[in-house]
Amino acid sequence: MAIERFSKDHEWIRVEGGVGTIGITSHAQSQLGDVVFVEVPDVGRKVTQGEAVAVVESVKAASDVFVPVSGEVVESNGDIVGQPALVNEDAEGKAWFFKVKLANPGELDALMDRAAYDTFVKETS
Amino acid sequence: MRYLPLTDADRRAMLAKIGVADIDALFADIPRDKRLAGLVDLPKAKGEMEVERVLGRLAAKNTAAGSVPFFVGAGAYKHHVPATVDHLIQRSEFLTSYTPYQPEIAQGTLQYLFEFQTQVAMLTGMEVANASMYDGSTAAAEAVLMAHRVTRRHKAVLAGNLHPHYRETIATVARLAGHEIVTVAPSPSGTEDLAARIDQTVSCVVVQTPDFYGHLHDLAALAEAAHAAGALLVAVVTEAVSLGLVEPPGAMGADIVVGEGQGIGNALAFGGPYVGLFATRQKYVRQMPGRLCGETVDKEGRRGFVLTLSTREQHIRREKATSNICTNSGLCVLAFTIHMSLLGEAGLRRLARINHANAVALAKALGKVKGVEVLNETFFNEFTIRLPGNAADVIEALAKKGVLGGVPVSRLEPGRPELANLIVVASTEVNSDEDRAAYVKALKRVL
Amino acid sequence: MLNRQGRPTAPGRAVESTTDTFSGNRALQVEEGLIFEIGRTDTAGVDLPEPAKFKPRLGALERKGPIGLPGLSEPEAMRHYVRLSQKNYGIDTGLFPLGSCTMKHNPRLNERMARVPGLGDIHPLQPLSTVPGAIELIAELSRWLSLLTGMPAIAMTPKAGAHGELCGMMAIKAALEARGERRSVVLVAESAHGTNPATAALLGYRIEAVPARADGTVDPEEVRKRLTPDVAAIMLTNPNTCGLFEREVVAIAEAVHAAGAYFYADGANFNAIVGKVRPGDLGVDAMHINLHKTFSTPHGGGGPGAGPVALSAALAPFMPVPYAVADGEGMRYVEHAGEAGGTLPLGRMCAFHGQMGMFVRAFAYMLSHGSDGMRQASEDAVLNANYIRASLADLMSLPFGNRPCMHEALFDDAWLGDTGVTTLDFAKAMIDEGYHPMTVYFPLVVHGAMLVEPTESESKASLDQFIASLRGLAAAAKAGDAARFKDAPRFAPRRRLDETKAAREPRLRWTPAVERKEAAE
Repeated sequence: MAIERFSKDHEWIRVEGGVGTIGITSHAQSQLGDVVFVEVPDVGRKVTQGEAVAVVESVKAASDVFVPVSGEVVESNGDIVGQPALVNEDAEGKAWFFKVKLANPGELDALMDRAAYDTFVKETS
Repeated sequence: MRYLPLTDADRRAMLAKIGVADIDALFADIPRDKRLAGLVDLPKAKGEMEVERVLGRLAAKNTAAGSVPFFVGAGAYKHHVPATVDHLIQRSEFLTSYTPYQPEIAQGTLQYLFEFQTQVAMLTGMEVANASMYDGSTAAAEAVLMAHRVTRRHKAVLAGNLHPHYRETIATVARLAGHEIVTVAPSPSGTEDLAARIDQTVSCVVVQTPDFYGHLHDLAALAEAAHAAGALLVAVVTEAVSLGLVEPPGAMGADIVVGEGQGIGNALAFGGPYVGLFATRQKYVRQMPGRLCGETVDKEGRRGFVLTLSTREQHIRREKATSNICTNSGLCVLAFTIHMSLLGEAGLRRLARINHANAVALAKALGKVKGVEVLNETFFNEFTIRLPGNAADVIEALAKKGVLGGVPVSRLEPGRPELANLIVVASTEVNSDEDRAAYVKALKRVL
Repeated sequence: MLNRQGRPTAPGRAVESTTDTFSGNRALQVEEGLIFEIGRTDTAGVDLPEPAKFKPRLGALERKGPIGLPGLSEPEAMRHYVRLSQKNYGIDTGLFPLGSCTMKHNPRLNERMARVPGLGDIHPLQPLSTVPGAIELIAELSRWLSLLTGMPAIAMTPKAGAHGELCGMMAIKAALEARGERRSVVLVAESAHGTNPATAALLGYRIEAVPARADGTVDPEEVRKRLTPDVAAIMLTNPNTCGLFEREVVAIAEAVHAAGAYFYADGANFNAIVGKVRPGDLGVDAMHINLHKTFSTPHGGGGPGAGPVALSAALAPFMPVPYAVADGEGMRYVEHAGEAGGTLPLGRMCAFHGQMGMFVRAFAYMLSHGSDGMRQASEDAVLNANYIRASLADLMSLPFGNRPCMHEALFDDAWLGDTGVTTLDFAKAMIDEGYHPMTVYFPLVVHGAMLVEPTESESKASLDQFIASLRGLAAAAKAGDAARFKDAPRFAPRRRLDETKAAREPRLRWTPAVERKEAAE
């Protein structure tokens, strides 16, 4: 069963079999506006929780995407690089950014579940 | 005062509307003990006539380039600017407009930027160019920073024959930004082995052609050497007109081409404002500093232009920006674009041929003067001569005889006594046979 | 982070084209193609004689292959660029209320003076003995700036404001290094212009933001608690980007100096205080001056600018070269680091001497205004901004309350509430009213910011017309007339443009049809 968690920086992660798929939330994409460009990390890169490893740009804003867990990048999504509009269309599905093999599954405890994230979004908007 | 429309009656009425007794109430946040009690100790307002008199007196002390036989270059070149150019750039809607952040009412500016970007890409033989930098020297410094970003390395190799001011500008930024530069001794004869200095720690090699001493360089081999080591080739062109006759760096494998566009459309103006050219390959476009104008459509489907890819810039990315740059060279870009539109390919090629022809004729004439040696095999409109004695003294003496004969290399390389007998001499389309004859005559008398 | 200032980015729905002329033109608004579409590579608008045959000395490097540059005859070129100009709004068109840009009148005397041959047709490297008037002008302008800022040294060479910021921050870094110190943090006001953190980051500093308090100004306590021995400098704008004078600036400066750090002031808003107070008296160590803002040199569609930097006694030794220095009865011009004698210059910011063309214009402005005129200009600038504020305060919301501002008035979008009209929509509707919009979505610390700076160049009648238009628009927005705003601008040469498309499919140059066809295949 996949574990789904959210970070305070509006990233989501779905973990299955020790590998987490990571993207930005629907709330994030609506705040950013039309996404025009994304940068994803190279496969093989070692990452630390909280590190800025990807970039998502709209016309008027640019944001770092922070990896919510430590580990190694095992896959990056070329589809969103070629078609940034996907991030607006399906941020929490097809428009995942990259996948990480988790070094420390305990880090997930510090993240929010969906209910907590939805509350967080309501409170900070 | 002619520039201030408010009358005292207006001011009183406005203060009443605001609800304060006097203007000082609006300055109340300034600490009382720091407020200036009286006027700053400077002259009071002057009418136009008086201002003209003051500035006219200062101007009269200077020798204008157009008033004497003139052969000064070294990074800024006297070319004839057609009357149309100066007239058009003074149109209110160009002169007094702002950065095109509201594109619906700035299509004039945006369209000429798009035309300029295309002209620069064509001239340099590259795929894409930006909407200009401040000047050639800062463009070169930005190119080095871009090469560092692209290669993730922090060491630049600078050719010895790069314009000394460009080298110093790059060095200042490098020193304070914590990057490394490798400098090479100048080679007035035009031979340098830069390939030997490129290794896996180098982000770019910066080379100028025509170089500071006038020599033309085939960059193909150097480009290969740089690419083999994973480094970029940055080519510098300080005389834009040369691109009308000389093979452009883009055709020789350059990754970034920067240059000075002053020679097209812009006055000498004692060194500024000028216009920096910056061009690169499509794959590096997001790492390019400066403004970019792009094509799009409006709500009615009509073609229009907007500033684009702005998320690289300081106002969005802030500390992660590609650069801290805010302005481009606006009106100087327009002057360049208009002049280039009047020239077109045919006109530019002919202008370049005239420049080269004049320089060839001058080199021949000077080479015949006893004691003078022309160092260049190849050149465009500028070459270096070696004299028997101190070149700076000769230039002063020539000036006293009413000839501005060039730039003594020691002016820019004072720490190199071995270069003290060299002069860099430029000759553009403004020089006539009489000018050349005057130079030769004066030089003979002075040597 | 995310687009928290609320700026919409979607392109909006397309609409039917409404032109029903055969030409696509609308009276004086003429559709104009690109030079690449109307010009030809074999046409020129200049007459140049073909040189007599000669033996070239280009080696094997003569340019092969076509360049592709189109040429136009003089009448065609004139018409092309005149038509383009007619699509632009300028200061000469109407009120240009761009906050932080100081869009004041550009005197034409300045243009005449810049073109006098003895000032415009001189080469930066002709012998100094042939241009003593140029050196004197630079020195005299620098003396005026020194007296206006109350700071002893002016670095004249930076080519624009951001370049001046770089120069000032480099001088600070060099001064610290000369003391044998390596500090790694720069404090930047949260409301600062993006160039501030970008400049500091370029020099390798880590940025720490200092928030403003509820009244929009910086609390010295917030500064003090961040002042560690690792802080190199603070960067503040004063008046700040919210249009307010930092009334505790002296206490902030003292705290910064006590910690061994330096005070960088962004001089973009100098127009509010020229002749009223001197930054040097407030403890500033370095301040760049935008000649194209405060001193009327033309904005020219985006440039050129000029950014001389005023330096305190502590930083004066770290001036970049070249500079003029009084020497006995004359002026000495120092062009090289070695020549400087006892001082430790920074090196060069750029080639040659700086933006002389802008020096001439700015100096003509200063001579014209004089000390009395410049002070009057600052007072009128502040008066005009407050008049606008007082005249709109009942309709539009002021994030820091209805209190005196300096030369610019900052509104936010709270007053638009749930009208469905955004700051962007409001700005576009101003275009239809015949005004360039104010600065929008800056500073970022306020939601949907609208920063209005009229400058001293506006008459009361002009201000009254502007106020009436804005009152009309504000009332219309509140009354639910959303279509007026969503469809705006309707009357400009172009409707709203698709910036998303421009960024997703960048087309940054014209390409010949053949290439375009091949690319499509």
